Amino acid sequence: MPGPLLRVRDLVTSFESEHGRVRAVDEVSFDVAAGASLGIVGESGCGKSVMALSILRLVPDPPGRIESGSIELEGRNLLELPPSEMRAVRGNKISMVFQEPMTSLNPVYTVGSQIVEAIRLHQKRSRSEAWKRAVEMLALVGIPAPETNARAYPHQLSGGMRQRVMIAMAIACEPKVLLADEPTTALDVTIQAQILATLRDLRDRLGMSLVLITHDLGVVAEHTDHVVVMYAARVVESAPVASIFARPRHPYTRGLLGSLPSGRDPGSDGRRRLLAIEGMVPDLRHVSKGCRFADRCPMKIDACTTEDPVLRAVEDDAGPHESRCIRADEL
Amino acid sequence: MSSSRPPPSDRLPSDRPSSVPPPSVPPSQRLSEPPPASTREGPASLRPKSSTLIAVDRLSKYFPVDKGFFSREEKFVRAVDGVTFRVRRGETLGLVGESGCGKSTLGRLILRLIDPTYGRVLYEGRDLVPLGQSAMRPLRRKLQIIFQDPYSSLNPRMTVRQIVGEAIRVHGLAENAAAEARMVGELLDQVGLRRESIDRYPHEFSGGQRQRIGIARALAVQPEFIVCDEPISALDVSIQAQIVNLLQDLQERLGLTYLFISHDLKIVEHVSHRVCVMYLGRVVEQATSRDLYDHPLHPYSRALLSAVPFVDPGRRKLRVLLEGDVPSPIDPPGGCAFHPRCPRAEPGKCDVETPHLAEVDLGSGHRVACFHPHVD
Repeated sequence: MPGPLLRVRDLVTSFESEHGRVRAVDEVSFDVAAGASLGIVGESGCGKSVMALSILRLVPDPPGRIESGSIELEGRNLLELPPSEMRAVRGNKISMVFQEPMTSLNPVYTVGSQIVEAIRLHQKRSRSEAWKRAVEMLALVGIPAPETNARAYPHQLSGGMRQRVMIAMAIACEPKVLLADEPTTALDVTIQAQILATLRDLRDRLGMSLVLITHDLGVVAEHTDHVVVMYAARVVESAPVASIFARPRHPYTRGLLGSLPSGRDPGSDGRRRLLAIEGMVPDLRHVSKGCRFADRCPMKIDACTTEDPVLRAVEDDAGPHESRCIRADEL
Repeated sequence: MSSSRPPPSDRLPSDRPSSVPPPSVPPSQRLSEPPPASTREGPASLRPKSSTLIAVDRLSKYFPVDKGFFSREEKFVRAVDGVTFRVRRGETLGLVGESGCGKSTLGRLILRLIDPTYGRVLYEGRDLVPLGQSAMRPLRRKLQIIFQDPYSSLNPRMTVRQIVGEAIRVHGLAENAAAEARMVGELLDQVGLRRESIDRYPHEFSGGQRQRIGIARALAVQPEFIVCDEPISALDVSIQAQIVNLLQDLQERLGLTYLFISHDLKIVEHVSHRVCVMYLGRVVEQATSRDLYDHPLHPYSRALLSAVPFVDPGRRKLRVLLEGDVPSPIDPPGGCAFHPRCPRAEPGKCDVETPHLAEVDLGSGHRVACFHPHVD
């Protein structure tokens, strides 16, 4: 069996702050198989976006820095590549779709010419060939009248259309891996459904892998095979998607699920309370020893505050399943 | 609002500028229903439970849009177009719809933060629209709002004590400074903030805590009705649940009535007794939370609900994927505004005539504005 397409090991990314260096991504590891779809879930500040930027080596330096670990794409460690070779990977083998399509597009160029630029950066194509390709890509992501809309400026398109343009640009060079950081968060729910269906369809058609970074567990449930849950810069659980929802093995994951109203709630009269997680995410500048979730955890025992829990395998018939909780077996 | 504004009575329907089109809803739609049979003959003390606290009647807001330099025709955005509903005392009415459908404008119209172009807002049977500033002031105490963004809706240069205390002072609810401080302290207890944080500034709090400050400020004047305008959209999932629980606890404890505006259909289902679905300024469906989520009748409600990803990988399902985007409210499609995206649209009917909100089964309270609702 060939190794995974993308293999991240013990990645540490830190930022300079008044309180010394703070790890925004702390020893994060995961694999993405070819054609697979990985979900990375966590709340704001958990490090999921920094992790994505680290993979593309786009962390602003300073204040940020990738300290250690490895990011292997097809067996090649991206962290060891010289900048020129990394540029050939970025946008070509791995590309990214960001949350806010308006700020990611240049307002003074037509969307078609921006896609052309991305194509010509990586491929030796004439301008007219690249334009043809750009129009094809716009058609592929479901933009109506692609020839006309390629000549449109970003402000002439709706939010959902702009996000499609971003996706068209990201897939124009047929990347092996597409990182999508909250691709639908800024969009309405009916448009979100369209965009996610497009991403899924493209993954199937082009055989690329998808890393979907989101805070929305519903999106994860429907669009990924495997899920990594991050909390306070660390991976706390990693499991096949069915297991995450059927039997989460970390109290944080369980808390997240409890925070959501289940579709079957009586809603009106027999109201059920949501199982909120009390308290707040810890300040990464002052993390103490022990489990970072301990302060909010209903299952806390003394050992939780004295020893640093490690991510360890738990039994699961559905596939590889890991939890960073010393009481994972009781869940 | 400035005092130079014309008195609201000038805005009564008869005096509206002639270029403003009238709302597209027949005036015959009934505003109040007879109370349920069981309470109809009971003593008056039993009634308030199901009584109407807030009613809006053909409420409309048309914003003029810049007309072209040479264009004669003045255009309007029908942000809210002939909306009629009631909110009963102690209930939560959910208002869902996509961005731009007019749900926030509607919330602000009810509070008279903006003036309607047409229609009435009845608070305990009294029309608020013709009231002037001074007549409105004592009523403002009863009608409050919680905003979406806990970052921009709190003055960064005021402490919690000042933010919450200001409302108490404006309405003269405390006899002296000591009483005011005591009230602020109690409010902080109620919303789950530590009393020690009373002299801190908004930036020292997290998003969830700031939303609690916003709730304390709304509660400070002992309101009856609170418009919750996307109160949890800016918050993380685990914090959202804390705020939703808090709002529900407060409702139970204080008998509050909410208009809960959100684009998050799952949360709306959880908190609401009844729900209105809006599309391009109009209510397209209105039902109890259970009826709507179990049997959506309008094709738009259906598509909207089916677009919500469910947290259960086993329930991956076929979706009703809508084509295209929400059309511009400046120049909405004729007939039923949803017809260009509707899988059930009937040419010659849906693109010509405008459907009105009507009960499908008389007495069910489940209303839909559609010529071809999903009735099986």
